[in-house]
Amino acid sequence: MTTLLTILFDGIAYGMLLFVLACGLAVTLGLMNFVNLAHGAFAMAGGYVCAVLVNQQGWPFFAALPLAFIASAAIGVALERSLYRHLYARSHLDQVLFSVGLVFMSVAAVDYVMGSSRIFIKLPAALEGQFDVFGIGVGRYRLMIIVICGLLTAGLQLILARTRFGSRLRASVDDPRAASGLGINVPQVFALTFAFGCGLAGLGGALSAEILGLDPYFPLKFMIYFLIVVTVGGSSSITGPFLASLLLGIGDVAGKYYVPKMGPFVIYTIMIVILIWRPNGLFGRAAAR
Amino acid sequence: MTEQGDVARLAGSRARWRAGEAVFWVLVIACAWLFPSRYLIMTDIVRLALFAMSLDLILGYAGIVSLGHAAFFGVGAYSAGLLALHGIINEPVLALLAAGLAATTVGFLTSFLVIRGADLTRLMVTLGIALLLEALAERFSNITGGTDGLQGIEMQPILGLFAFDMFGKTGFFYCLIVMFLLFLLARRIVNSPFGLSLRAIRNNPLRAAAIGVPVNRRLIAVYTLAAFYAGIAGALFTQTTALASLDVFSFERSADLMLLLVIGGTGYLYGGLIGAVVFKMLQEVFSTLTPQYWQFWIGLVLVAIVLVGRTRLHRWALWLPNLLIRQFVGRKAVVAVPESEGS
Repeated sequence: MTTLLTILFDGIAYGMLLFVLACGLAVTLGLMNFVNLAHGAFAMAGGYVCAVLVNQQGWPFFAALPLAFIASAAIGVALERSLYRHLYARSHLDQVLFSVGLVFMSVAAVDYVMGSSRIFIKLPAALEGQFDVFGIGVGRYRLMIIVICGLLTAGLQLILARTRFGSRLRASVDDPRAASGLGINVPQVFALTFAFGCGLAGLGGALSAEILGLDPYFPLKFMIYFLIVVTVGGSSSITGPFLASLLLGIGDVAGKYYVPKMGPFVIYTIMIVILIWRPNGLFGRAAAR
Repeated sequence: MTEQGDVARLAGSRARWRAGEAVFWVLVIACAWLFPSRYLIMTDIVRLALFAMSLDLILGYAGIVSLGHAAFFGVGAYSAGLLALHGIINEPVLALLAAGLAATTVGFLTSFLVIRGADLTRLMVTLGIALLLEALAERFSNITGGTDGLQGIEMQPILGLFAFDMFGKTGFFYCLIVMFLLFLLARRIVNSPFGLSLRAIRNNPLRAAAIGVPVNRRLIAVYTLAAFYAGIAGALFTQTTALASLDVFSFERSADLMLLLVIGGTGYLYGGLIGAVVFKMLQEVFSTLTPQYWQFWIGLVLVAIVLVGRTRLHRWALWLPNLLIRQFVGRKAVVAVPESEGS
């Protein structure tokens, strides 16, 4: 019983992390219909920025986290304005080729600058170890992830549902032409959203260095996970990807615990089955395009 | 003349062999004598070309974007390796066919998953299948040798007559002949009514279905065929290098394949062949410049190709040949890449 609860706890932490990493992709891929396989590269950028600040400059961990967000968002907005913008109307094949190219470049560039081995971020002592709650081992770091990611998710939901920017975004996504006719600056809304999504990925990358591991191959290794979250979760709301990442997180942790020999086999099988069963995702609406 | 007659005439004129094609193949065969010290890399190019032809069949002709084509390459490679290692089928040509059939089976079974859904779902499912097979190969390491790969494969002479030599001469001619035969088959297929119906599906599946093309059955058929080609390419890889390791399934292999096909151009079969040559040369240049980081430059090439635009790039590449043709033959441009937009 306690192992079950521990798995559940770890799975939720893992799933929350995946959600923060992937929810930017849910916007670009699910809402803007752009196949961005390079999303993991932004996450990796955030992770490395955080690592350099903490390990080499001696910044406190919590001060480096916002910087990871800002750095990734800045890279995101620069790339969006210079490159991505031109490709929104292109075919999926072009988008795939472009983003795979970006992934290759980021992998080689990070390998060149930072070396190919896995790096760790020095954590403050307060986050290490675990404490017992009714006999369940609760890791401090994982608890912090759950708190941060939970707050972020609630914040995102509020922004999307309650603010003016949220309604502009929803309008731009539902019908870009009508939205721009109403005076909404659609490219600006998309650029801001893209940057924000990249920033979240960067934050996720910084948080995940401890759990997922951070090395130059991060964008390739976890690409499939991000894609699973978005395609399985569907794109109609933020709840779909959220539930999908929780499912994926719990499923992956449980799979690794109970059938360690099958490795990632469980996840891929579940993904293919779900996609065959419901091509638009578990929580998706009928295909828009 | 009736509508049908027009179509038949057009298809017939497209299917006719042109002088340029003959020149191309003469050049290819001439390479065998021009560069006698480079057999290994030329073999590599021929294998890649065959593999790219396989992707061209589904991407260029049927418009299926696949990110996991290495799955079939891997199945072919491991089948050929296991057949040779355990001495089940010793004769390479028979083993080649058997490995191809194994990949065909996998292709047929997975085609039902792939034809469902739109581009994005297809991307995910093809990628998922390749990753799944990689995970399986890693899991059953007692059969596949795990990360070390299959080792100690010894190839018997082809047809019992031609032994593989250490300079790779036999291997090169073997691959070249297999590639040429499969090219002839592919050329016949894409110019047949079947091939024409595939193009109709690529351009507009809904309209193709409306004029009576059985869309799903055609897609299953061509996907299975492409799997066969990829399996053969994989089997050739194992047979000529006497090696099969986990990286035959890797994502990079599928991505590189897409790159080289896009360099060469999709939808006219030669794209994969030309692309393979260009890609290998690029790779050689980049890895002599920066041995460890050649992937960066490959990525840069990909990004540049997409930003410049594939159609425009091919127009630039064809500018000089077309100019020469106009000058010396006095005709209008005859070399044009039929570009596909699988949107």
